[in-house]
Parts: sequence; C-alpha cells; structure tokens
Amino acid sequence: MTLSSLIEPFVGRTGGLISALHEVQRVHGFLPDDTEAEAARAFNLSRAEVKGVISFYHDFKRAPQGKTVVRLCAAEACQAAGGRDFIKSVEEKFGLKMGETSASKDLTLEPVYCLGLCSTAPAAMVDDRLVGMADTGKIEKALERAKKESAS
Amino acid sequence: MSALTIYLPLDSAAVAMGADDVADALSAEAAKRKIELKLVRTGSRGMHWLEPLLEVEKDDKRIGYGPVSEDDAAALLDAMIGNGKQDKNVGPVEEIPFLKNQTRLIFARCGIVDPVSVPDYQSHGGYAGLDKALKMDSAAICEEVMQSGLRGRGGAGFPAGIKWKTVAGAEADQKYIVVNADEGDSGTFADRMIMEGDPFTLIEGMTIAGVAVGATQGYIYLRSEYPIAARVLNEAIANARKAGLLGDNVRGSGKAFDIEVFMGAGAYICGEETSLLNSLEGKRGEVRAKPPLPALEGLFGKPTLVHNVISLCSVPAIFEKGAAFYRDYGMGKSTGTMPFQIAGNVKQGGLYETAFGVTLRELVEEIGGGTFSGRPVRTVQIGGPLGAYLPPRLFDLKMDYETMIEHGAGVGHGGLVVYDDGINLADQARYAFEFCVEESCGKCTPCRVGSVRGVETVDRITAGVDRDKNLTVLNDLCELMVDGSLCAMGGMTPIPVQSAVKYFPEDFGIKPALKAAE
Repeated sequence: MTLSSLIEPFVGRTGGLISALHEVQRVHGFLPDDTEAEAARAFNLSRAEVKGVISFYHDFKRAPQGKTVVRLCAAEACQAAGGRDFIKSVEEKFGLKMGETSASKDLTLEPVYCLGLCSTAPAAMVDDRLVGMADTGKIEKALERAKKESAS
Repeated sequence: MSALTIYLPLDSAAVAMGADDVADALSAEAAKRKIELKLVRTGSRGMHWLEPLLEVEKDDKRIGYGPVSEDDAAALLDAMIGNGKQDKNVGPVEEIPFLKNQTRLIFARCGIVDPVSVPDYQSHGGYAGLDKALKMDSAAICEEVMQSGLRGRGGAGFPAGIKWKTVAGAEADQKYIVVNADEGDSGTFADRMIMEGDPFTLIEGMTIAGVAVGATQGYIYLRSEYPIAARVLNEAIANARKAGLLGDNVRGSGKAFDIEVFMGAGAYICGEETSLLNSLEGKRGEVRAKPPLPALEGLFGKPTLVHNVISLCSVPAIFEKGAAFYRDYGMGKSTGTMPFQIAGNVKQGGLYETAFGVTLRELVEEIGGGTFSGRPVRTVQIGGPLGAYLPPRLFDLKMDYETMIEHGAGVGHGGLVVYDDGINLADQARYAFEFCVEESCGKCTPCRVGSVRGVETVDRITAGVDRDKNLTVLNDLCELMVDGSLCAMGGMTPIPVQSAVKYFPEDFGIKPALKAAE
C-alpha cells in the first residue's frame, strides 16, 4: 500500500494526523522519509508542522526498529521492585543499551514509562506480549515465543 | 453434562502473569478430554498477587484458584469437575479479606461480568443510573453531581459539579465530553483495570455527562501502552451502539451521544488536560495557557468537559444510589470512594477501593502486607511521579485531599508505590528531574530548563560539591518551577524532590541539626 492510501482515510477525522501516523507505522514498522511530505499534502499542513508532531511523540520512529522490540519499564513502581538491576541485567544479556538496536537488526531495547503493571513489577513488553514480575529468563522465553509466532 | 463455565481475567496484569497461556492450556486439555468448556474472560478482581486467578462457580459462589500456570491445567480440570483437591484453591473469592473489606461502588462489577456484554452489565445494575438521569433535566443532573461532593479523581480534586455546571451553561453549537485515559503515572492502573474489566461503567458515566451538559460527542483519549484496554473499549462501544445505548437516540430518549476511542502516541504530558486537547486535535501535545478554561474553550475551541476515567466511572453509582448515599462515604470534603492502587515492592499488590479516610499504614502494611522483599518499608510515593515521598512516621495520616495537601503531598490518582530500605532518595529526586527532562513539552522555560539544571544540581549535592550552596540552589530552583511553570509537570516535579530532601536528608549527605544542649 502506498503511503498516501494509508494516510488519506484519516483526513478530516478528529486528531487524524496522529491516527494516520500510527497506521503508517503499523504497516511499515517506522515512518519512512516520505511520510512527512505525504502527510503534509494530505492534511494541508506545512512539513514543519508534521515534523513537529512526529518528533514530539515517543511512539513515532523515523528509522527501522529491530525485528523484535523489547520495552522495559523504567518508572518508579518498577524501580521499587528491582527494576534498575533488571534493566542492567537485560542490557548485559543482549549486549545492548536502552534505545539501541542490535547490528543484526533482530532486537531493539527501549525504555517505557509505565505499562500499568505496577503491582506485578518489574514489567516489560516483548512486541505485544506483556511480561509481569519480569526477569531475563522470562524475557528470553517471550523472545522465543515471538520468534516461533513470526516463523509460523 | 452442561458446559463447564470458568472465569479467567483478560486484564493486562493477569495476561502479564500468563493468563493467555493458561487459557490455551485449559482449552487444549478440555478438548482432549472432550469436556465442553465455556471460558469467560473477565476483568481482574484487583488481587494481583493471585493472578492469573481462575474462578469457577460452585453453590452460587465463585471459587478461586491462583496464581495458576499453564502447567496446572490438568489438575485444575480435575479439581473443578470433581471435588479433587488442588493446592492453588483460595476458596470463595469474595470472602478473601482483601476483597471482602472493600467498598466497591466503581469496581462493583469488575472481575465478575463479561466486560463487553451489555446483558451482563444490565443484570448487575448497569444503566439504572442513566435511566434515572434521563428523567431529570440538565440543571437537576448537575445539581445531583454537586450534592454528591464528587471531586476530580485525576489528581487536582476539583469539584466535578462546578465543572458540569460551567459546561452546561456555556452556549455553543457543539460541546464535547473528553475522557483523560492517559494514565501515565507510575503506580496507577485503576483506569486501565476498569476500562478492561467493566468499560460500560465509563460509557454510562460519559453518557450521563453528555446528557447533562448537552454534548453529543465523547472521546476517550487512551494511551498507546494500553492495547488490551483499546480492544475491550472498542468492542464495548460497538455493542452499546447495537443495543441503542449510544447513537442518535440513546435509550429511546431522543437524545444523541456517541463515543470514539483515540489512541495517544506515548507522551506523558498528554495526561495534562490542555496538552491532551491539543493532541486530540492531531497537534503536538503542548500545554495551553489557562484561561480560557477547557470547560468554555476546549476541544476545537468548544466547551468541553474533561474528566479522568475514575471521575466519570463514579457517576453511575451516584445516580443509581443517590447523591446522599454516595456522600455518606469518605470524610470532610473528600466524599465517596477511591480506588487505591498498591504497587511497587509490596506483598499483596493490587487495587483496593474504599472510602477516603483510610490511613497509609492500613493500605501498605495491613492490606498490602508490607514489602515482598521482607525488608522494612522506607517510603511510599503517593500519586505518581509528581507525588511526595513520605516516611513511615507519617503513615498514620488519613488519605483525603486536605490532609495530604497539609503535608505537602497529594492523593493524586490514588497510586501508592512502596519502597523498602534499599532505596536511596537522592536517586529518586534525580529521577524526578530526569523524568521531567524526558517528558516536558518544552513550552515553558522553568520546566524545560529547570529540569535539566535540577539533575545537575542533585548530582553536585550527592558528589559533595559545595553541598550547602547547592541545596540552596535546589530549593530556589524548586520554588521557581512551582511558581513559574505553566502546568503541573514543571509545577509539581519539585514535590517528590523537596519531600525527599525534607524527610530523608541523610541521603543527600545532610547531617541532622545538632540538638540544643540539654
């Protein structure tokens, strides 16, 4: 599908630009370079305005992410439950720092500020799989399942 | 033999602990044994240390098993069909003290009903409130909310009735109801739980508000970190439309009201109401200066009633049972119930709805059972990243808006994050500033720049560089952020910082003042 065919359905809807960007990212995994110009044209905005929106929100990625994205909660409730050490152990395990993508493009590590799983902390999300009382073992297990699912 | 009905939460916390895997394993095991299984995915009861908590009905009681795992499937089926013993049996769920001792007005149905079933909702008292409201005029509905004493549950505690009257009184061709479901505060998950477990309570509350103020369109601004809530809400809204509970003719009243879910894009600041409105318009989520108030000039410049999820979810019970009934719960100017969320390093974490006036000690030590690490509790942060860190000597304070304010704290959204004695409060003060650096919208200087200077200053203090001077700088910086910031992000970041310095000076290398010679 072309970018414009992904974007057009949201023109005229409340907050349509943000919904359109979500849709482009859902399909492409990130926002390709032409997104800015296409969205500006469709919504009759300046490119600067669109860029302003894209750069404002953490969700919008301007570069491809790893095949699997592991998001680790860095907020207080998870800190209280050993989250800082948990993050360190995951970083060590995969040889990546938060915000980095592996050279093979298999994996991205990313901080997230609260998944609403504060009573089963520390929390993580492996693609769309939620992990409570997380440790490196649980993350590895979730990664294996994600791999299996994408293979099948 | 009729189908075996079992209940298992679809709630994120249960799923994070493996509920979906349990569901798959049970279905597979039942198929193998040719047992007809009816698996109802409900919300969570809020006893998260027992998740996944499986329930089966026996002699009109729900018997619970938890925390279960996929490996338990065979044994669980044995236990549920026959009278086989199973060591995960926790007995009748509603007799567990954590649940039994609550006052559930908002979460009355959560964990019991199928969240997307209109008949289930109605057979458990749902829509009794809207039916009453539809027989009243706008002024009478607003007055009922006023009389209930309901205050905004998002953090500010503003009287809801005043807001409703303001929007109702504004002249406009279009008005909106906007729900702030951008629950970004760490330690809070009440919004998520009700949206996943009983979304019709929110839909009904929004509809009553729409009828009251003359708004025909409602939006739920939902954070993107809550995909399960999005799925459940959209399904519930579609079912409400089919049942004539939303649309051009709500419940045959001739009044129109509809709801759309809007997905945010990962910005904490969008939990601030004016930033949220900009985001809902598809723009950068920058804060707007107030006035004008959103009640008069909100979404697209039109009068808009912006409420937190729990505020609106409190509304159906107020109409079903009456303002006087609701007002009898709580203390002083904090009426009704609050769903407290007990999180962090705690043995029995979860959601506990009770009247205002409960003490922190009761919530943390009795109900929450202390820390899961078994170490002593050192502090509790109340009300999210912008909330105060309080020491145990203040744990006998009652949880209500005024008492908390008197002690430089706030109830906020009712989230409690428990820390054991392994925590260093200077680290937490630094984190409060770091978080503000990350999440500031950048519009005003005290917040955008102050947060960066804050991180640097805390670092100097902990490194012992000109400690006294830098403590003075820190204090000045906090005052400036409080006085000069446009919104609560910059204005309240000093709360966790200053509470940390005040109650835990030793973590900043401050020696206790010498006592006068006796």
